[in-house]
Amino acid sequence: MDLLVAENISKTFAKHRALNNVSINVPEGSIYGLLGPNGAGKTTLIRIINQITGPDTGSIILNGEPLHPNHIANIGYLPEERGLYKKMKVGEQAIYLAMLKGLSKRDAISQLKVWFEKYDIAPWWDKKVEELSKGMAQKVQFIVTILHKPKLLIFDEPFSGFDPINQELLKAEILGLRDEGATVIFSTHNMASVEEICDHIALINKSEKILEGSVSEIRDTYKKGTYELEYDGNEIILEKFLPSNFKIVEKNKITQGHRSIIKLPSPKDANELLRIMMEHTNIRLFKEIIPSMNEIFINKVTQD
Amino acid sequence: MNKIWLVIQREYLTRVQKKSFIIMSILGPVLMAALMIVPVYLAKMSDEVKTVGIVDESGFFIEAFENTEKIKFNVMHMDIDDAKKAYETMSYDMVLYIPEPAYTYPSKIFIYSSKEPGMLVENYIRSSINNDLRTMRLKDAGVSKDVISAMKNKINLRSISIDDTGKEEERSGTLNLILGFVLALSIYFFIFMYGTQVMRGVLEEKTSRIIEVIISSIKPFQLMMGKIIGIAFVGLTQLLLWVILTGGIVTAVQSTFSSELEQVQQYQAQKTGQMMDPSNNVEVTKDYSKTTEFLSAILSIDFKVIIGSFLFYFLFGYLLYGALFAAVGSAVDNETDTQQFIMPITIPLILSIVSIQSVANNPDGPLAFWLSMIPFTSPVSMMVRIPYGVPYWQLGLSMLILTLSFVLFTWFAGKIYRIGILMYGKKPSYKEIWKWIKYS
Repeated sequence: MDLLVAENISKTFAKHRALNNVSINVPEGSIYGLLGPNGAGKTTLIRIINQITGPDTGSIILNGEPLHPNHIANIGYLPEERGLYKKMKVGEQAIYLAMLKGLSKRDAISQLKVWFEKYDIAPWWDKKVEELSKGMAQKVQFIVTILHKPKLLIFDEPFSGFDPINQELLKAEILGLRDEGATVIFSTHNMASVEEICDHIALINKSEKILEGSVSEIRDTYKKGTYELEYDGNEIILEKFLPSNFKIVEKNKITQGHRSIIKLPSPKDANELLRIMMEHTNIRLFKEIIPSMNEIFINKVTQD
Repeated sequence: MNKIWLVIQREYLTRVQKKSFIIMSILGPVLMAALMIVPVYLAKMSDEVKTVGIVDESGFFIEAFENTEKIKFNVMHMDIDDAKKAYETMSYDMVLYIPEPAYTYPSKIFIYSSKEPGMLVENYIRSSINNDLRTMRLKDAGVSKDVISAMKNKINLRSISIDDTGKEEERSGTLNLILGFVLALSIYFFIFMYGTQVMRGVLEEKTSRIIEVIISSIKPFQLMMGKIIGIAFVGLTQLLLWVILTGGIVTAVQSTFSSELEQVQQYQAQKTGQMMDPSNNVEVTKDYSKTTEFLSAILSIDFKVIIGSFLFYFLFGYLLYGALFAAVGSAVDNETDTQQFIMPITIPLILSIVSIQSVANNPDGPLAFWLSMIPFTSPVSMMVRIPYGVPYWQLGLSMLILTLSFVLFTWFAGKIYRIGILMYGKKPSYKEIWKWIKYS
């Protein structure tokens, strides 16, 4: 079932069309990556889901109902441009932001204390925000985003500003939240993180959605039937024994033996390739080359 | 609604806890109390008796000066050069020198003293000599003594207001002017001070980039109104503290030094009486007491109307300008860029301050009427008029216009605000802002 369905969303600012007929379906319990170059319209779409701006046309269905102001309590949003009141105390501020999301003061305090312990920032409760390092402020923002246990979490470039250790912590936290039943939308440029944690993605370029689907399906669609081989002996064997429609894309000598990349006319021929190779040499590695999200991204965007 | 309340609370509490607020709340009343008490004491301190030595070469004025409570006169039987040297050792404060006149009567007189002789002495001497000269000249012209003394009758002008029921009450123009001035100025200061705070608050949210987090939980308009209302409560708190603390300090000082103050105040009232009518001399105060007249003027002022309308104009004037200041804060990224947009907002406010005197001179004239109807000037201009009495229909109309403009301009400001808070980078032009307003 889809937790969030956006249908034919269009939005125009003055003369600039930010979104053109964009539809996305975010399955419940998934981590949904919203990808696209800068200025593609990701943030606009996210702001529409957060009801910060309204779409010109199109509709959003959340959990089976048209988007409604009461849904704010079901959404946690960590914007790309994020900050805190500098002069306010950390604890006070976290309570205020949690209460704005609809938590009672007592619940806010008790849950915040737990999270502050978990992230090692409890001693900063009574400090002013301006005394915090950027990383610590980011932790506070993250905690406040997820504190009211929203069904839908939206992170806009969540990893920016975190050091690698905290990035891992955050990644684990996002996966943990998904496992507890939350649905996560996150927009990023960091393709490595997309492969690691996203189940589904949508690629937005120049205000239009150009690709959507589960990460594994997309990668399957974009594979080119190329295989990587490492074997002992010398490369001449290959050319001698392989049928002419098995194209050798790349070949080079490595410390032990040789490495070749071969393009097959059809995936069924993989076994044939293995059989031929096994007769003549000692195979050390055989694998299908699946394009990375990064390649697909660059490919699609430059093509467009 | 619940969320607006949260915003109001935050805006209020963070500001009231600030050191600057606490300092202002204490310092303000101390300064105001000082302003009320110190002049009284200064007047008392300067109240020693002055002795004037007279050197009259003309011989006309030996008898012209009557001693009063504060000024004693003595003729010095010596020439002016000796008098100048000796007056201090003879314990005179100054020498009054009337030289031998070139024609019949002297036209120049001199006061020699090491210290400033003071207004009171100068005025007294001038009016005494003028009186005497006038009498002498009239006598020379053949006017009889009876006519001359008849001319000395002073007219006592008292302004009495009559209402529809025919009730008569003493009224004081000076008092009305002072009261109107003070009320109008406080409204002006509060609008400026707290309007700027609204603008800074909006800018703070924008530059610290917390704005997007907040408007994902609450509508921008709610946030804007919460901020404006929260700061309004800060303003009202400050006003209340000032009134209470100032009142407290003044009463405390008064009760500690009550007897001395009473004397001083009576004397002050006498002096005010003289100052309002410069040709009067001291004997006028014997005819009636200016003090009681002044008091009855104070009592005649309708404080219910004044306090009620002060609170109304204070609040709604601030609300109208607060919304505009919020819009300015949202449109730009930093405080230096606000200048261009603040200008058109503050011009009417400054205009209303500049025109206070003209409004007070003719509180029922067309200038006063229109300035008190235009919503951007009415909070200040109407406050100047109110102590003089304003027809109820005008007061009602002005309040209605102000309320409606508040609603209208808050709606406009909300539109600018909603778009502006998410715009970073280039400072927008007026044309772009106009587009934001039209943008649905």
